[in-house]
Amino acid sequence: MDDKSFNQSAWEGLQEWGKENGLEKGNGFDYAQSNEKADYIPNLNRLIRDEYDLIFGIGFELKEDLQKVAKQYPDTHFALVDDTIEADNAVSITFKEHIGSFLVGVAAAQKTETNKLGFVGGVDSPLINKFESGFIAGAKSVNPDIEVEVEYAESFGDPAKGKIIASNMYNNGIDIIYHASGGTGNGVFNEAKDIKQNDPERKIWVIGVDRDQHEEGQIGDHNVTLTSMVKRVDVAVKNVTEQAMNGEFPGGEKLEFGLEEDAINVATTNEDAMTKEIVDSVNEWKEKILNGDVEVPQTHEELKGFIDSL
Amino acid sequence: MDPWVSIIVATFIGAIFSIIHAVASVSFRANQVVSGVAINMLALGIGVYLTKQWYGKGQTDMVSEPFFRTDIPILADIPIIGPIFFQGIYVTSYIAIIFAFIAWYVLYRTPFGLRLRAVGEHPMAADTNGINVYRMRYIAVILSGALGGLGGSVFALTIVSNFSHSTIVGQGFMALAAVIFGKWHPLGAMGAALFFGLAQSLSVVSGGIPVLQDVPQVFLLIAPYVLTILALAGFIGRAEAPRANGEPYIKGSR
Repeated sequence: MDDKSFNQSAWEGLQEWGKENGLEKGNGFDYAQSNEKADYIPNLNRLIRDEYDLIFGIGFELKEDLQKVAKQYPDTHFALVDDTIEADNAVSITFKEHIGSFLVGVAAAQKTETNKLGFVGGVDSPLINKFESGFIAGAKSVNPDIEVEVEYAESFGDPAKGKIIASNMYNNGIDIIYHASGGTGNGVFNEAKDIKQNDPERKIWVIGVDRDQHEEGQIGDHNVTLTSMVKRVDVAVKNVTEQAMNGEFPGGEKLEFGLEEDAINVATTNEDAMTKEIVDSVNEWKEKILNGDVEVPQTHEELKGFIDSL
Repeated sequence: MDPWVSIIVATFIGAIFSIIHAVASVSFRANQVVSGVAINMLALGIGVYLTKQWYGKGQTDMVSEPFFRTDIPILADIPIIGPIFFQGIYVTSYIAIIFAFIAWYVLYRTPFGLRLRAVGEHPMAADTNGINVYRMRYIAVILSGALGGLGGSVFALTIVSNFSHSTIVGQGFMALAAVIFGKWHPLGAMGAALFFGLAQSLSVVSGGIPVLQDVPQVFLLIAPYVLTILALAGFIGRAEAPRANGEPYIKGSR
């Protein structure tokens, strides 16, 4: 519940909903924390037994178990965050990460001085490819000459690997790295701060992911976090909860949250780095995406087509 | 606060924590593997629990005073060697290397080291010669705990910059592998550790090395493990553990 990321964000969404409706934890809504996979089913069963009408599974790891219990308890409503689930009494909540990644790509393209960007992915998978494709498309939309180097650490929890990758990238003239790699990204931040500590004049940046990673980038009076691709799980959770409360639970649907719902955001905490021009440019592209002028690629194939059409 | 204070504190805590292991395996003759695994889990549990108590969340904030890479004065200016070995390095890396030499010196060149090895090879012979086997073994375990605490804190203060349940994942077990790979010799273990590091970084830097550029990533990713297995199986010959390794000493038994 306090992982500063996904789970915390989801819980905050529920708490906000509870506050607005005069409910509190244990009376109206609650959470169950799973320390390992074996805890999922007992936790889900406990919540069902306590007669909660709507149960959220946070994270794709719950997919199978949630699918199972959704079938056993057709009268309870379920929602799965970050993956799809097939049941009439369950809703899938995913995010348009590619669009947020596109926008931070735009920001990076405006900020870079070397025209070389880096992308560090956790595990090479369709989900992270979405981040990668969006980021490259965003950068190339601003300036097709920008090169983006892509590296996958093959782990979401290996900061040492993240650090070596970042070190290599910064050495090769890359000045901005976007990471979509969970804990591995700590190594990226660490490397950037290390370089900054030794040479405060050096202009290098990191782009954070999932939440505003401003705090991770602080080094003395500097901050290496240019911006972050923020995924508002709380917004999605609250939104679905409200629908369920009003008797309009979107069972069986696959909801994709994005700019329209304000569930995807570009952080502007670092005001020194995110100048007005950059923010304006990001907003300009945001408009274009919302108007349907730009179709942001989600896969490697779509990205290829996108770049060819530039 | 100074990062040096942090690693000294971590060294002390590591030493104190390891006493549990010494009590269990030396005094109560518990199976060392069981006791070791239990302490491994206990340490993680306590670490996360205390983090929650002190910080009110599952992970600490980013460390504000970590170790930064520096140039070593004078040595960094030597042509060729300077940039390779003495520019942009962590001082702690050299401390680790120096510790390996100290360990070698202590183990093989001092009376204390001879006694230490004796209680691991043939405790009864050592006992007959008037060495207090239990005391020596306690000291050995506590020293290893101190070094473990030191290693872990350096990792947190250089690479990760914070502590959470997934900060230390498997590095300790890599260290065990390095000991065996290095044939139970401090300098051998150091060589093995450097070799592991080289193998791990290959997959990252391969893009810039002409010969390795066309090798598929997956091969480079598994390279450290494959090389380790090959090395253990063929190149280094048998790695013989100290004879009394893992065996509790019972006074008077034959």
